[in-house]
Amino acid sequence: MIEMKNIRKTYRVARRNAGFGEVLKSFFHRDYETVTALDDVSFSIRDGETVGYIGPNGAGKSTTIKILSGILTPDSGECLVDGRVPWKNRIDHVAKIGVVFGQRSQLWWDVPVVDSFELLKDIYSIPPDIYSRNKDELTELLDLGEIIRTPARQLSLGQRMRCEIAASLLHSPSILFLDEPTIGLDAVSKIAVREFIVRLNRERKTTIILTTHDMQDIEAITKRIILIGKGKILLDGDISDISGSGDIDHTVAELYRTYEI
Amino acid sequence: MIEVTDFARFLSRWKKYISFFRLRFSMGLQYRTAALAGIATQFVWGFMEINVFYAFNQSDPAAFPMGFEQLASYIWMQQAFLALFMTWFMETEIFDSIMDGNICYELCRPIDIYDMWFARSVANRTSRALLRCVPILIVAFFLPAPYALTLPPDALTFLRFIAAMVLGMTVTVAMCMLVYMLSFFTVSPQGLRIIFAMTAELFQGIVIPIPFFPPRVQKILELLPFASMENVPLRIYSGHISGGEAVRAMLLQVFWIVALVAIGKLICGSAMKKVTLQGG
Repeated sequence: MIEMKNIRKTYRVARRNAGFGEVLKSFFHRDYETVTALDDVSFSIRDGETVGYIGPNGAGKSTTIKILSGILTPDSGECLVDGRVPWKNRIDHVAKIGVVFGQRSQLWWDVPVVDSFELLKDIYSIPPDIYSRNKDELTELLDLGEIIRTPARQLSLGQRMRCEIAASLLHSPSILFLDEPTIGLDAVSKIAVREFIVRLNRERKTTIILTTHDMQDIEAITKRIILIGKGKILLDGDISDISGSGDIDHTVAELYRTYEI
Repeated sequence: MIEVTDFARFLSRWKKYISFFRLRFSMGLQYRTAALAGIATQFVWGFMEINVFYAFNQSDPAAFPMGFEQLASYIWMQQAFLALFMTWFMETEIFDSIMDGNICYELCRPIDIYDMWFARSVANRTSRALLRCVPILIVAFFLPAPYALTLPPDALTFLRFIAAMVLGMTVTVAMCMLVYMLSFFTVSPQGLRIIFAMTAELFQGIVIPIPFFPPRVQKILELLPFASMENVPLRIYSGHISGGEAVRAMLLQVFWIVALVAIGKLICGSAMKKVTLQGG
Protein backbone atom coordinates (compact mmCIF):
# COMPACT_ATOMS: atom_id res chain seq x y z
CA MET A 1 0.00 0.00 0.00
CA ILE A 2 1.42 3.33 -1.07
CA GLU A 3 0.03 6.57 0.25
CA MET A 4 1.16 10.07 -0.60
CA LYS A 5 -0.51 12.99 1.11
CA ASN A 6 0.04 16.67 0.27
CA ILE A 7 3.64 16.13 -0.78
CA ARG A 8 5.53 19.26 -1.74
CA LYS A 9 9.04 19.44 -3.14
CA THR A 10 10.91 22.49 -4.34
CA TYR A 11 14.34 22.96 -5.87
CA ARG A 12 16.56 26.03 -5.82
CA VAL A 13 17.85 27.08 -9.20
CA ALA A 14 20.53 29.75 -9.77
CA ARG A 15 19.41 31.79 -12.76
CA ARG A 16 21.15 34.59 -14.58
CA ASN A 17 21.04 36.36 -17.93
CA ALA A 18 23.62 35.95 -20.69
CA GLY A 19 26.69 38.18 -20.86
CA PHE A 20 30.06 38.48 -19.19
CA GLY A 21 28.88 41.15 -16.77
CA GLU A 22 26.21 38.80 -15.52
CA VAL A 23 28.81 36.07 -15.05
CA LEU A 24 30.96 38.37 -12.91
CA LYS A 25 27.96 39.47 -10.90
CA SER A 26 26.93 35.90 -10.24
CA PHE A 27 30.42 35.20 -8.94
CA PHE A 28 29.65 37.37 -5.93
CA HIS A 29 25.93 37.09 -5.67
CA ARG A 30 23.59 34.50 -7.06
CA ASP A 31 19.90 34.93 -7.46
CA TYR A 32 18.14 31.77 -6.59
CA GLU A 33 14.66 31.02 -7.69
CA THR A 34 12.50 28.36 -6.19
CA VAL A 35 11.04 25.90 -8.64
CA THR A 36 8.17 23.80 -7.41
CA ALA A 37 8.57 20.24 -8.63
CA LEU A 38 5.67 18.78 -6.68
CA ASP A 39 2.79 20.85 -5.40
CA ASP A 40 0.39 19.15 -3.02
CA VAL A 41 0.56 15.70 -4.56
CA SER A 42 -1.69 13.03 -3.07
CA PHE A 43 -2.65 9.57 -4.25
CA SER A 44 -2.83 6.04 -2.97
CA ILE A 45 -2.04 2.75 -4.64
CA ARG A 46 -3.22 -0.66 -3.45
CA ASP A 47 -1.06 -3.78 -3.25
CA GLY A 48 -0.75 -5.57 -6.56
CA GLU A 49 -1.94 -2.63 -8.63
CA THR A 50 -0.22 -1.38 -11.78
CA VAL A 51 -0.27 2.36 -12.28
CA GLY A 52 0.96 4.42 -15.21
CA TYR A 53 2.32 7.74 -14.12
CA ILE A 54 2.31 10.12 -17.06
CA GLY A 55 2.93 13.75 -17.81
CA PRO A 56 5.16 15.93 -19.98
CA ASN A 57 8.89 16.40 -19.37
CA GLY A 58 9.59 18.23 -16.13
CA ALA A 59 6.14 17.51 -14.71
CA GLY A 60 7.54 15.90 -11.56
CA LYS A 61 7.36 12.19 -12.41
CA SER A 62 10.94 11.35 -11.55
CA THR A 63 10.79 13.48 -8.42
CA THR A 64 7.80 11.42 -7.24
CA ILE A 65 9.64 8.16 -7.93
CA LYS A 66 12.69 9.43 -6.07
CA ILE A 67 10.64 10.42 -3.05
CA LEU A 68 8.89 7.05 -3.03
CA SER A 69 12.21 5.24 -3.22
CA GLY A 70 13.70 7.20 -0.35
CA ILE A 71 16.32 9.13 -2.31
CA LEU A 72 14.75 12.55 -1.92
CA THR A 73 13.23 14.16 1.13
CA PRO A 74 10.12 16.22 0.39
CA ASP A 75 9.69 19.72 1.87
CA SER A 76 6.40 18.80 3.46
CA GLY A 77 3.65 16.21 3.35
CA GLU A 78 3.28 12.61 4.38
CA CYS A 79 4.17 9.45 2.59
CA LEU A 80 3.84 5.86 3.66
CA VAL A 81 4.94 2.83 1.67
CA ASP A 82 3.81 -0.40 3.37
CA GLY A 83 3.84 1.56 6.62
CA ARG A 84 7.36 2.92 6.13
CA VAL A 85 8.37 6.55 5.62
CA PRO A 86 10.83 6.12 2.71
CA TRP A 87 13.33 8.86 3.55
CA LYS A 88 13.29 8.30 7.33
CA ASN A 89 14.73 4.83 7.20
CA ARG A 90 16.20 4.58 3.76
CA ILE A 91 18.16 1.37 4.25
CA ASP A 92 15.20 -0.64 5.61
CA HIS A 93 12.93 0.75 2.93
CA VAL A 94 15.07 0.18 -0.14
CA ALA A 95 15.68 -3.46 0.82
CA LYS A 96 12.01 -4.12 0.02
CA ILE A 97 11.57 -2.22 -3.23
CA GLY A 98 13.01 -2.47 -6.71
CA VAL A 99 13.80 0.52 -8.91
CA VAL A 100 14.74 0.81 -12.57
CA PHE A 101 15.88 4.15 -13.94
CA GLY A 102 15.67 3.80 -17.71
CA GLN A 103 18.24 6.48 -18.39
CA ARG A 104 20.87 5.19 -15.99
CA SER A 105 22.69 1.97 -15.36
CA GLN A 106 23.20 -0.03 -12.23
CA LEU A 107 25.39 -2.69 -13.84
CA TRP A 108 29.14 -2.63 -13.41
CA TRP A 109 30.49 -1.60 -16.74
CA ASP A 110 33.64 -3.68 -17.19
CA VAL A 111 32.58 -7.02 -15.76
CA PRO A 112 30.02 -9.62 -16.90
CA VAL A 113 26.45 -8.86 -15.83
CA VAL A 114 26.37 -11.94 -13.63
CA ASP A 115 29.12 -10.40 -11.45
CA SER A 116 26.82 -7.44 -10.80
CA PHE A 117 24.05 -9.92 -9.92
CA GLU A 118 26.34 -11.70 -7.44
CA LEU A 119 27.18 -8.39 -5.83
CA LEU A 120 23.48 -7.51 -5.51
CA LYS A 121 22.93 -10.90 -3.90
CA ASP A 122 25.30 -9.95 -1.09
CA ILE A 123 24.18 -6.32 -0.87
CA TYR A 124 20.56 -7.37 -0.37
CA SER A 125 21.58 -10.44 1.68
CA ILE A 126 19.45 -12.67 -0.56
CA PRO A 127 19.42 -16.29 0.67
CA PRO A 128 21.26 -18.53 -1.85
CA ASP A 129 18.23 -20.67 -2.77
CA ILE A 130 16.01 -17.64 -3.41
CA TYR A 131 18.77 -15.97 -5.38
CA SER A 132 19.36 -18.90 -7.71
CA ARG A 133 15.62 -19.48 -8.16
CA ASN A 134 15.06 -15.80 -9.03
CA LYS A 135 18.09 -15.66 -11.27
CA ASP A 136 17.05 -18.75 -13.23
CA GLU A 137 13.47 -17.58 -13.55
CA LEU A 138 14.44 -14.07 -14.66
CA THR A 139 17.05 -15.43 -17.06
CA GLU A 140 14.39 -17.57 -18.68
CA LEU A 141 11.60 -14.99 -18.78
CA LEU A 142 13.77 -12.14 -20.04
CA ASP A 143 15.72 -14.45 -22.34
CA LEU A 144 19.08 -13.56 -20.82
CA GLY A 145 20.95 -16.87 -21.36
CA GLU A 146 24.37 -15.93 -22.76
CA ILE A 147 23.81 -12.21 -22.15
CA ILE A 148 24.53 -12.32 -18.44
CA ARG A 149 27.99 -13.71 -19.10
CA THR A 150 28.87 -10.68 -21.25
CA PRO A 151 30.41 -7.45 -19.88
CA ALA A 152 27.72 -4.78 -19.57
CA ARG A 153 29.53 -2.36 -21.88
CA GLN A 154 29.21 -4.78 -24.80
CA LEU A 155 25.45 -5.18 -24.57
CA SER A 156 22.92 -3.45 -26.80
CA LEU A 157 20.52 -1.09 -25.06
CA GLY A 158 17.69 -3.61 -25.28
CA GLN A 159 19.79 -6.40 -23.81
CA ARG A 160 21.08 -4.11 -21.10
CA MET A 161 17.62 -2.90 -20.13
CA ARG A 162 16.44 -6.49 -19.73
CA CYS A 163 19.42 -7.09 -17.45
CA GLU A 164 18.66 -3.91 -15.50
CA ILE A 165 15.11 -5.09 -14.89
CA ALA A 166 16.32 -8.53 -13.81
CA ALA A 167 18.85 -6.88 -11.47
CA SER A 168 16.06 -4.93 -9.76
CA LEU A 169 14.03 -8.06 -9.08
CA LEU A 170 16.63 -10.46 -7.70
CA HIS A 171 15.64 -9.69 -4.12
CA SER A 172 11.90 -10.29 -4.81
CA PRO A 173 10.69 -6.77 -4.00
CA SER A 174 6.97 -6.34 -3.44
CA ILE A 175 6.97 -2.96 -5.19
CA LEU A 176 8.72 -2.10 -8.44
CA PHE A 177 9.27 1.45 -9.66
CA LEU A 178 10.02 1.75 -13.36
CA ASP A 179 11.16 5.16 -14.52
CA GLU A 180 10.97 5.15 -18.33
CA PRO A 181 12.02 1.51 -18.75
CA THR A 182 11.36 1.42 -22.51
CA ILE A 183 13.14 4.63 -23.48
CA GLY A 184 15.18 4.14 -26.65
CA LEU A 185 14.29 0.48 -27.10
CA ASP A 186 13.39 -1.17 -30.43
CA ALA A 187 9.98 -2.73 -31.02
CA VAL A 188 11.04 -6.26 -30.13
CA SER A 189 12.68 -5.26 -26.84
CA LYS A 190 9.77 -3.02 -25.95
CA ILE A 191 7.30 -5.83 -26.39
CA ALA A 192 9.50 -8.21 -24.40
CA VAL A 193 9.74 -5.73 -21.54
CA ARG A 194 6.00 -5.02 -21.54
CA GLU A 195 5.04 -8.67 -21.58
CA PHE A 196 7.43 -9.37 -18.77
CA ILE A 197 6.02 -6.58 -16.60
CA VAL A 198 2.44 -7.76 -17.13
CA ARG A 199 3.43 -11.29 -16.23
CA LEU A 200 5.36 -10.15 -13.15
CA ASN A 201 2.31 -8.34 -11.87
CA ARG A 202 0.01 -11.25 -12.57
CA GLU A 203 2.17 -14.03 -11.16
CA ARG A 204 3.99 -12.39 -8.29
CA LYS A 205 1.40 -9.73 -7.50
CA THR A 206 4.14 -7.11 -7.55
CA THR A 207 2.86 -3.55 -7.27
CA ILE A 208 4.12 -1.63 -10.28
CA ILE A 209 4.46 2.09 -10.80
CA LEU A 210 5.57 2.98 -14.28
CA THR A 211 6.48 6.34 -15.77
CA THR A 212 6.75 6.61 -19.52
CA HIS A 213 6.15 8.80 -22.53
CA ASP A 214 5.22 5.80 -24.60
CA MET A 215 1.45 5.48 -24.48
CA GLN A 216 1.55 1.97 -25.87
CA ASP A 217 3.40 1.00 -22.69
CA ILE A 218 0.50 2.34 -20.72
CA GLU A 219 -2.07 0.58 -22.89
CA ALA A 220 -0.26 -2.73 -22.63
CA ILE A 221 0.54 -2.64 -18.94
CA THR A 222 -1.82 -0.60 -16.82
CA LYS A 223 -5.47 0.08 -16.25
CA ARG A 224 -5.07 3.08 -14.04
CA ILE A 225 -3.27 6.26 -14.99
CA ILE A 226 -2.23 9.24 -12.93
CA LEU A 227 -1.60 12.41 -14.94
CA ILE A 228 0.74 14.98 -13.48
CA GLY A 229 1.56 18.41 -14.89
CA LYS A 230 3.48 21.32 -13.42
CA GLY A 231 3.79 19.43 -10.16
CA LYS A 232 0.06 18.88 -9.66
CA ILE A 233 -2.02 15.73 -10.04
CA LEU A 234 -4.52 16.56 -12.77
CA LEU A 235 -6.23 13.29 -13.27
CA ASP A 236 -6.36 9.91 -11.60
CA GLY A 237 -8.52 7.25 -13.13
CA ASP A 238 -9.19 4.32 -15.37
CA ILE A 239 -7.61 4.46 -18.78
CA SER A 240 -10.73 3.23 -20.58
CA ASP A 241 -12.76 6.15 -19.22
CA ILE A 242 -10.49 8.70 -20.82
CA SER A 243 -9.32 7.14 -24.01
CA GLY A 244 -12.80 6.97 -25.57
CA SER A 245 -12.57 5.83 -29.14
CA GLY A 246 -9.51 7.47 -30.74
CA ASP A 247 -5.91 6.37 -30.50
CA ILE A 248 -4.19 6.85 -27.17
CA ASP A 249 -1.46 9.25 -28.28
CA HIS A 250 -4.07 11.70 -29.52
CA THR A 251 -6.14 11.30 -26.40
CA VAL A 252 -3.16 12.13 -24.20
CA ALA A 253 -2.12 15.06 -26.38
CA GLU A 254 -5.70 16.27 -26.02
CA LEU A 255 -5.43 15.91 -22.23
CA TYR A 256 -2.19 17.93 -22.16
CA ARG A 257 -3.93 20.65 -24.17
CA THR A 258 -6.99 20.67 -21.96
CA TYR A 259 -4.88 21.13 -18.82
CA GLU A 260 -2.50 23.54 -20.54
CA ILE A 261 0.64 21.63 -19.53
CA MET B 1 19.08 -16.54 20.80
CA ILE B 2 19.30 -12.79 20.43
CA GLU B 3 23.07 -13.01 20.38
CA VAL B 4 23.04 -15.55 17.57
CA THR B 5 20.83 -13.43 15.31
CA ASP B 6 22.85 -10.34 16.16
CA PHE B 7 25.99 -12.16 15.15
CA ALA B 8 24.39 -13.35 11.92
CA ARG B 9 23.30 -9.81 11.14
CA PHE B 10 26.80 -8.57 11.86
CA LEU B 11 28.24 -11.15 9.48
CA SER B 12 25.81 -10.41 6.69
CA ARG B 13 26.47 -6.70 7.14
CA TRP B 14 30.16 -7.30 6.58
CA LYS B 15 29.54 -9.66 3.72
CA LYS B 16 28.10 -6.80 1.66
CA TYR B 17 31.24 -4.77 1.94
CA ILE B 18 33.54 -7.72 1.42
CA SER B 19 31.64 -8.67 -1.70
CA PHE B 20 31.88 -5.10 -2.91
CA PHE B 21 35.59 -5.17 -2.21
CA ARG B 22 35.96 -8.43 -4.12
CA LEU B 23 34.28 -7.14 -7.26
CA ARG B 24 36.23 -3.88 -7.31
CA PHE B 25 39.43 -5.77 -6.58
CA SER B 26 38.99 -8.28 -9.40
CA MET B 27 38.04 -5.42 -11.70
CA GLY B 28 41.24 -3.58 -10.79
CA LEU B 29 43.29 -6.65 -11.62
CA GLN B 30 42.07 -6.76 -15.20
CA TYR B 31 43.61 -3.43 -16.26
CA ARG B 32 46.94 -4.91 -17.34
CA THR B 33 48.14 -2.24 -19.75
CA ALA B 34 47.58 0.48 -17.19
CA ALA B 35 49.64 -1.54 -14.73
CA LEU B 36 52.55 -1.93 -17.19
CA ALA B 37 52.53 1.78 -17.96
CA GLY B 38 52.44 2.51 -14.24
CA ILE B 39 55.40 0.25 -13.53
CA ALA B 40 57.48 1.93 -16.26
CA THR B 41 56.62 5.40 -14.98
CA GLN B 42 57.45 4.50 -11.41
CA PHE B 43 60.85 3.14 -12.42
CA VAL B 44 61.84 6.25 -14.33
CA TRP B 45 60.54 8.46 -11.56
CA GLY B 46 62.36 6.47 -8.88
CA PHE B 47 65.68 6.67 -10.75
CA MET B 48 65.29 10.38 -11.34
CA GLU B 49 64.52 11.12 -7.73
CA ILE B 50 67.38 9.01 -6.40
CA ASN B 51 69.78 10.75 -8.77
CA VAL B 52 68.67 14.20 -7.64
CA PHE B 53 69.19 13.21 -4.03
CA TYR B 54 72.52 11.60 -4.95
CA ALA B 55 73.76 14.91 -6.32
CA PHE B 56 72.57 16.64 -3.17
CA ASN B 57 74.33 14.09 -1.01
CA GLN B 58 77.58 14.43 -2.98
CA SER B 59 77.66 18.19 -2.61
CA ASP B 60 77.11 18.22 1.15
CA PRO B 61 76.73 14.86 2.97
CA ALA B 62 76.63 16.62 6.36
CA ALA B 63 73.38 18.41 5.44
CA PHE B 64 71.70 15.14 4.41
CA PRO B 65 69.12 14.28 7.10
CA MET B 66 68.80 10.59 6.26
CA GLY B 67 71.32 7.88 5.41
CA PHE B 68 71.55 7.57 1.62
CA GLU B 69 70.57 3.86 1.75
CA GLN B 70 67.59 4.80 3.90
CA LEU B 71 66.56 7.34 1.31
CA ALA B 72 66.93 4.84 -1.57
CA SER B 73 64.72 2.36 0.29
CA TYR B 74 62.25 5.16 1.06
CA ILE B 75 61.96 6.06 -2.62
CA TRP B 76 61.70 2.50 -3.95
CA MET B 77 59.06 1.54 -1.43
CA GLN B 78 57.25 4.76 -2.24
CA GLN B 79 57.24 3.93 -5.95
CA ALA B 80 56.28 0.28 -5.39
CA PHE B 81 53.29 1.16 -3.21
CA LEU B 82 52.41 4.43 -4.92
CA ALA B 83 48.80 3.37 -5.47
CA LEU B 84 48.19 3.00 -1.74
CA PHE B 85 49.01 6.58 -0.81
CA MET B 86 48.60 8.87 -3.82
CA THR B 87 45.82 11.33 -3.17
CA TRP B 88 45.24 12.01 -6.84
CA PHE B 89 44.26 8.36 -7.27
CA MET B 90 40.65 9.17 -6.67
CA GLU B 91 37.84 7.41 -8.43
CA THR B 92 36.43 9.37 -11.33
CA GLU B 93 33.44 7.05 -11.28
CA ILE B 94 32.47 8.26 -7.83
CA PHE B 95 32.76 11.92 -8.83
CA ASP B 96 30.81 11.20 -12.02
CA SER B 97 28.04 9.44 -10.16
CA ILE B 98 27.67 12.48 -7.91
CA MET B 99 27.76 14.88 -10.85
CA ASP B 100 25.47 13.06 -13.28
CA GLY B 101 23.08 11.67 -10.70
CA ASN B 102 23.90 7.99 -11.20
CA ILE B 103 24.27 7.93 -7.47
CA CYS B 104 20.50 7.44 -7.29
CA TYR B 105 21.06 3.75 -7.92
CA GLU B 106 23.54 3.57 -5.07
CA LEU B 107 21.05 5.32 -2.82
CA CYS B 108 18.51 2.62 -3.71
CA ARG B 109 20.64 -0.03 -2.06
CA PRO B 110 20.30 -1.16 1.53
CA ILE B 111 23.85 -0.09 2.22
CA ASP B 112 25.67 2.85 3.75
CA ILE B 113 27.15 5.10 1.06
CA TYR B 114 30.20 6.04 3.12
CA ASP B 115 31.06 2.45 4.00
CA MET B 116 30.46 1.28 0.44
CA TRP B 117 32.75 3.87 -1.11
CA PHE B 118 35.32 3.24 1.58
CA ALA B 119 35.40 -0.48 0.76
CA ARG B 120 35.54 0.39 -2.90
CA SER B 121 38.49 2.77 -2.51
CA VAL B 122 40.46 0.32 -0.40
CA ALA B 123 39.89 -2.38 -3.03
CA ASN B 124 40.89 -0.08 -5.84
CA ARG B 125 44.12 0.93 -4.16
CA THR B 126 45.18 -2.53 -3.01
CA SER B 127 44.48 -4.14 -6.39
CA ARG B 128 46.52 -1.48 -8.17
CA ALA B 129 49.40 -1.71 -5.70
CA LEU B 130 49.44 -5.50 -5.84
CA LEU B 131 49.72 -5.51 -9.63
CA ARG B 132 52.56 -3.02 -9.64
CA CYS B 133 54.70 -3.61 -6.57
CA VAL B 134 56.31 -6.98 -7.35
CA PRO B 135 58.42 -6.07 -10.42
CA ILE B 136 59.54 -2.80 -8.85
CA LEU B 137 60.51 -4.50 -5.59
CA ILE B 138 62.46 -7.25 -7.36
CA VAL B 139 64.42 -4.94 -9.66
CA ALA B 140 65.10 -2.34 -6.96
CA PHE B 141 66.39 -5.09 -4.70
CA PHE B 142 69.06 -6.17 -7.19
CA LEU B 143 70.35 -2.69 -8.02
CA PRO B 144 73.99 -1.79 -7.13
CA ALA B 145 74.81 -0.77 -3.58
CA PRO B 146 73.76 2.77 -2.62
CA TYR B 147 70.79 2.78 -5.02
CA ALA B 148 69.32 -0.53 -3.97
CA LEU B 149 66.30 -1.28 -1.87
CA THR B 150 67.61 -2.84 1.34
CA LEU B 151 65.85 -5.21 3.73
CA PRO B 152 64.61 -3.74 7.02
CA PRO B 153 66.98 -4.19 10.00
CA ASP B 154 64.83 -6.83 11.76
CA ALA B 155 61.55 -8.74 11.69
CA LEU B 156 59.88 -6.45 14.23
CA THR B 157 60.58 -3.45 12.01
CA PHE B 158 59.06 -5.28 9.09
CA LEU B 159 55.90 -6.12 11.06
CA ARG B 160 55.62 -2.51 12.20
CA PHE B 161 56.04 -1.42 8.61
CA ILE B 162 53.18 -3.66 7.45
CA ALA B 163 50.90 -2.37 10.21
CA ALA B 164 51.84 1.24 9.51
CA MET B 165 51.26 0.71 5.80
CA VAL B 166 47.73 -0.59 6.40
CA LEU B 167 47.04 2.32 8.74
CA GLY B 168 48.58 4.78 6.28
CA MET B 169 46.39 3.58 3.44
CA THR B 170 43.34 3.82 5.68
CA VAL B 171 44.22 7.44 6.51
CA THR B 172 44.63 8.15 2.79
CA VAL B 173 41.25 6.65 1.94
CA ALA B 174 39.53 8.44 4.84
CA MET B 175 41.03 11.71 3.59
CA CYS B 176 39.87 11.11 0.02
CA MET B 177 36.41 10.28 1.37
CA LEU B 178 36.24 13.84 2.68
CA VAL B 179 36.78 15.13 -0.85
CA TYR B 180 34.08 12.81 -2.24
CA MET B 181 31.66 13.93 0.45
CA LEU B 182 32.41 17.62 -0.02
CA SER B 183 31.80 17.34 -3.75
CA PHE B 184 28.09 16.83 -2.97
CA PHE B 185 28.10 20.53 -2.13
CA THR B 186 29.93 21.90 -5.17
CA VAL B 187 28.96 22.18 -8.82
CA SER B 188 32.27 20.70 -9.98
CA PRO B 189 34.69 18.78 -7.76
CA GLN B 190 37.75 19.62 -9.87
CA GLY B 191 38.96 22.62 -7.87
CA LEU B 192 38.56 20.85 -4.58
CA ARG B 193 40.34 17.81 -5.90
CA ILE B 194 43.34 19.72 -7.25
CA ILE B 195 43.87 21.84 -4.15
CA PHE B 196 43.63 18.76 -1.99
CA ALA B 197 45.99 16.65 -4.11
CA MET B 198 48.62 19.41 -4.35
CA THR B 199 48.57 20.09 -0.63
CA ALA B 200 48.73 16.42 0.19
CA GLU B 201 51.59 15.76 -2.22
CA LEU B 202 53.80 18.33 -0.53
CA PHE B 203 52.81 17.71 3.09
CA GLN B 204 52.76 13.95 2.73
CA GLY B 205 56.45 13.68 1.87
CA ILE B 206 56.04 12.71 -1.77
CA VAL B 207 57.89 15.61 -3.38
CA ILE B 208 60.61 15.47 -0.74
CA PRO B 209 60.56 13.25 2.37
CA ILE B 210 59.51 15.13 5.52
CA PRO B 211 63.01 14.92 7.16
CA PHE B 212 64.22 17.26 4.39
CA PHE B 213 61.99 20.10 5.58
CA PRO B 214 63.38 22.68 8.03
CA PRO B 215 63.17 21.28 11.60
CA ARG B 216 60.39 23.61 12.76
CA VAL B 217 58.22 22.99 9.72
CA GLN B 218 58.90 19.30 10.16
CA LYS B 219 57.48 19.35 13.70
CA ILE B 220 54.21 20.80 12.47
CA LEU B 221 53.98 18.61 9.37
CA GLU B 222 54.44 15.46 11.42
CA LEU B 223 51.29 16.21 13.39
CA LEU B 224 49.12 16.73 10.31
CA PRO B 225 47.07 13.85 8.87
CA PHE B 226 49.12 14.03 5.64
CA ALA B 227 52.20 12.75 7.49
CA SER B 228 50.18 9.77 8.72
CA MET B 229 49.86 8.44 5.18
CA GLU B 230 53.12 7.25 3.59
CA ASN B 231 55.62 9.11 5.75
CA VAL B 232 55.24 6.77 8.72
CA PRO B 233 55.45 3.34 7.02
CA LEU B 234 58.27 4.38 4.67
CA ARG B 235 60.40 5.81 7.45
CA ILE B 236 59.74 2.81 9.67
CA TYR B 237 60.82 0.50 6.84
CA SER B 238 64.04 2.36 6.14
CA GLY B 239 64.82 2.43 9.85
CA HIS B 240 64.69 6.22 10.06
CA ILE B 241 62.17 6.05 12.88
CA SER B 242 62.07 3.15 15.30
CA GLY B 243 61.20 2.10 18.84
CA GLY B 244 58.94 4.40 20.85
CA GLU B 245 58.94 6.98 18.09
CA ALA B 246 57.48 4.48 15.63
CA VAL B 247 54.78 3.41 18.09
CA ARG B 248 53.84 7.03 18.76
CA ALA B 249 53.61 7.71 15.03
CA MET B 250 51.31 4.72 14.60
CA LEU B 251 49.09 5.87 17.46
CA LEU B 252 48.79 9.21 15.70
CA GLN B 253 47.74 7.32 12.56
CA VAL B 254 45.00 5.59 14.53
CA PHE B 255 43.88 8.95 15.90
CA TRP B 256 43.62 10.43 12.40
CA ILE B 257 41.67 7.43 11.11
CA VAL B 258 39.09 7.83 13.88
CA ALA B 259 38.88 11.60 13.41
CA LEU B 260 38.71 11.58 9.61
CA VAL B 261 36.11 8.81 9.46
CA ALA B 262 33.98 10.62 12.05
CA ILE B 263 34.14 13.89 10.10
CA GLY B 264 33.50 12.06 6.81
CA LYS B 265 30.41 10.33 8.19
CA LEU B 266 29.13 13.62 9.54
CA ILE B 267 29.45 15.31 6.16
CA CYS B 268 27.93 12.25 4.50
CA GLY B 269 24.90 12.51 6.79
CA SER B 270 24.25 16.13 5.95
CA ALA B 271 24.92 15.51 2.24
CA MET B 272 22.28 12.78 2.23
CA LYS B 273 19.76 15.19 3.72
CA LYS B 274 20.31 17.92 1.20
CA VAL B 275 21.16 15.89 -1.86
CA THR B 276 19.17 16.91 -4.90
CA LEU B 277 19.12 14.62 -7.83
CA GLN B 278 18.35 16.23 -11.09
CA GLY B 279 16.95 15.21 -14.40
CA GLY B 280 16.06 11.88 -15.96
